[in-house]
Amino acid sequence: MEYIPALQGTVGRILCCQCGVPIEPNPTNTCVTCLKSQVDITAGIPRQSVVNFCKGCDRYLQPPTSWIRAELESRELLTLLIKKLKGSLADARLTDASFIWTEPHCKRIKIKLTVQKEIQEGAVLEQIVPIEFVVQGQQCTDCQRVEAKNFWKSVVQVRQKVKHKRTFLYLEQVILKYNMFENTLRIGPTQHGLDFFYGRPQDSRKLVEFLQQVVPIKYKTAQKLVGHDTHNATYNYKTTYHCELPVVCKDDLVCLDKKLAAKIGNMGQLLICLRVTSTIQLIDPATLQLREVDGSHYWANPFEPIASSKRLVKFVVMDKELLRTNDRNHKAGEGKLSFKHQLADLYVIREDELGTHEDYIHCRTHLGQHLDVGDEVLGYDMKNMNCNSEALDGMDGNHADAVLVRKVYADSRRRTQLRKFKLRRVIEYKADDDDEDVQRMEEELEEDPEFRTNVNLYRNPDANFSDAEDMPKVDLSELLESVNLDDKFVPANF
Amino acid sequence: MALRTNFENSNEVGVFAKLTNKYALVGIGANENFYSVFESELTDVIPVVHTSIAGCRIIGRLTAGNKNGVLCPQNTTDQELQHIRNSLPDGVRVMRIEERLSALGNVIACNDYVALVHPDIDRETEEIIADTLNVEVFRQTVADQVLVGTYCQFTNKGGLVHPKTTPEDQDELASLLQVPLVAGTVNRGSDVIGGGMVVNDWVSFVGQDTTATEISVIESIFRLNDQQPDKVTGDMRHALIDSMVA
Repeated sequence: MEYIPALQGTVGRILCCQCGVPIEPNPTNTCVTCLKSQVDITAGIPRQSVVNFCKGCDRYLQPPTSWIRAELESRELLTLLIKKLKGSLADARLTDASFIWTEPHCKRIKIKLTVQKEIQEGAVLEQIVPIEFVVQGQQCTDCQRVEAKNFWKSVVQVRQKVKHKRTFLYLEQVILKYNMFENTLRIGPTQHGLDFFYGRPQDSRKLVEFLQQVVPIKYKTAQKLVGHDTHNATYNYKTTYHCELPVVCKDDLVCLDKKLAAKIGNMGQLLICLRVTSTIQLIDPATLQLREVDGSHYWANPFEPIASSKRLVKFVVMDKELLRTNDRNHKAGEGKLSFKHQLADLYVIREDELGTHEDYIHCRTHLGQHLDVGDEVLGYDMKNMNCNSEALDGMDGNHADAVLVRKVYADSRRRTQLRKFKLRRVIEYKADDDDEDVQRMEEELEEDPEFRTNVNLYRNPDANFSDAEDMPKVDLSELLESVNLDDKFVPANF
Repeated sequence: MALRTNFENSNEVGVFAKLTNKYALVGIGANENFYSVFESELTDVIPVVHTSIAGCRIIGRLTAGNKNGVLCPQNTTDQELQHIRNSLPDGVRVMRIEERLSALGNVIACNDYVALVHPDIDRETEEIIADTLNVEVFRQTVADQVLVGTYCQFTNKGGLVHPKTTPEDQDELASLLQVPLVAGTVNRGSDVIGGGMVVNDWVSFVGQDTTATEISVIESIFRLNDQQPDKVTGDMRHALIDSMVA
């Protein structure tokens, strides 16, 4: 047995009931031309409509209040335009929609809709309808605020009372990496820090919470009443978040008072700050004791550096003797020791006194594995340094004559030439004096892999790739393909 | 000649009236407009009978008939039957039949010689139809519709069938009925032919919505224009001239 398909009978022709043209029978028994002249399924759809566009920020109004960024002839724009017609499309079925090309500057957007509608039982009519939208300018609320110089609702003031900007340069990189510049209306550099302006308080709270994870900060909030409405009890505030960063920076010399030093792990009093990330990492150069002080502990007992990196002087290593761990004195409760450093006894002389005498300074340093006889090293000259610190005075001169901080590799101009990466910059400072700080930060990034975990490094296409010289480098694999680094900061909403 | 009319604003003329070559039955409406149209056109020629069937006015759908007789459904009252019998001319048989498919107008389509019936109709009913109406009975469908009375309408001159009837079906039906058929519509595209019009050999009443195109189709297939005086004289003249020339 096999299946025999039903015979497809031929279809007879009848006369269209209106005009008498022979047609195949259909549910209305009317020819298409007559049907079109009789019923217009697109009658409810307006042929012309208006779409509001803010030319300040290139966004279209999605009624009632939201503004949407959309390219010409994009899917988003089509959705937005169709939504504007939604009421009139309610009883017809939309089967297709597309753009009709118009000159981009003509302030007209044309779309073509294909709609279907059942005009009587079993008879569905399909019709194509072109709709023209006139693009009308309307300033969006955000742009209005900017125009009215009243655009921020909330500000985050980040402050660090130090002479250099390295911390802020670092923060800028971290914020860039985690894309925290979204929704920022403006960034204003001030004397001791940065101001981040936001349209909504929740955005600034987000930044403060982010900063809390990145650096140990202390913050205060304040509100200023701008206006209020007694009828519905709404209050309009400007919120300020004041965030203070610790003054201790990388390479700073810290002298803790005796009690505090004992409290944070029986450390020596004279410590070097290794780096400041979410915690402040201190190392005792004489014992390799390592201590991380987190934000809450720091702000409970804040300490200030007695000398910062501006006061570093160059020393030359004249003699070196490595100390094995067994050789040094152990203290009770000394806590964690650094495994990345090695203790050494060094005899050094200030570079400017080299050759004038042989009265070498003896110091014990944590930089044992980096330094060799003849190397240059930066450190604090404790003998000749004038500092106002009660804690240091309390030591009664019972401290090393020099505290070495880091090795000097090739001169920094040479290092800049050989640098393979670039940083993306978005904040423009008024003075050009940040060049030195930028250079120093880039060197720090090269020297410290831990420091670069929160920073995006971009490959410098112009770099010279000779690997000959002995200096810390960033591996090429760590670099990101370069974006257009010349892009200035454009806040997302604008 | 095809006349447009309506029954109390309804275009379904065939529902409320039954027209044959010997008589016309018209349903009882709230006013006489519909009846008047029939009366003014037919009163000199055939009786126009006001009646109801089983108390209903949809008599066109409930009855079936031709010049030889009329069939009424089982639920027709004796009084109604008597009234019809009294009103109709002699020689028209009136018959009440027991049939499950009681809307006889929907299941039977007939002219004076042939009837198409619903395929499921009783064998006895079929015999009664043949005897009463004096027709040959065929169980048929029109465009796959079993309600042949609803979807087609034919006289001794021609017939109109459902618009979806294929040419093959039309040929088959035409050979059964021995009249020309055409697929068409009434009432501006309605395919309910039997409901939308009534017709006999010389006149037709169609719904008010029927378009000129539809009327021209109806008039030509039912040859309703043949009876016009000018047509008659025209034909006569042709015949005379022919004879004179010969």
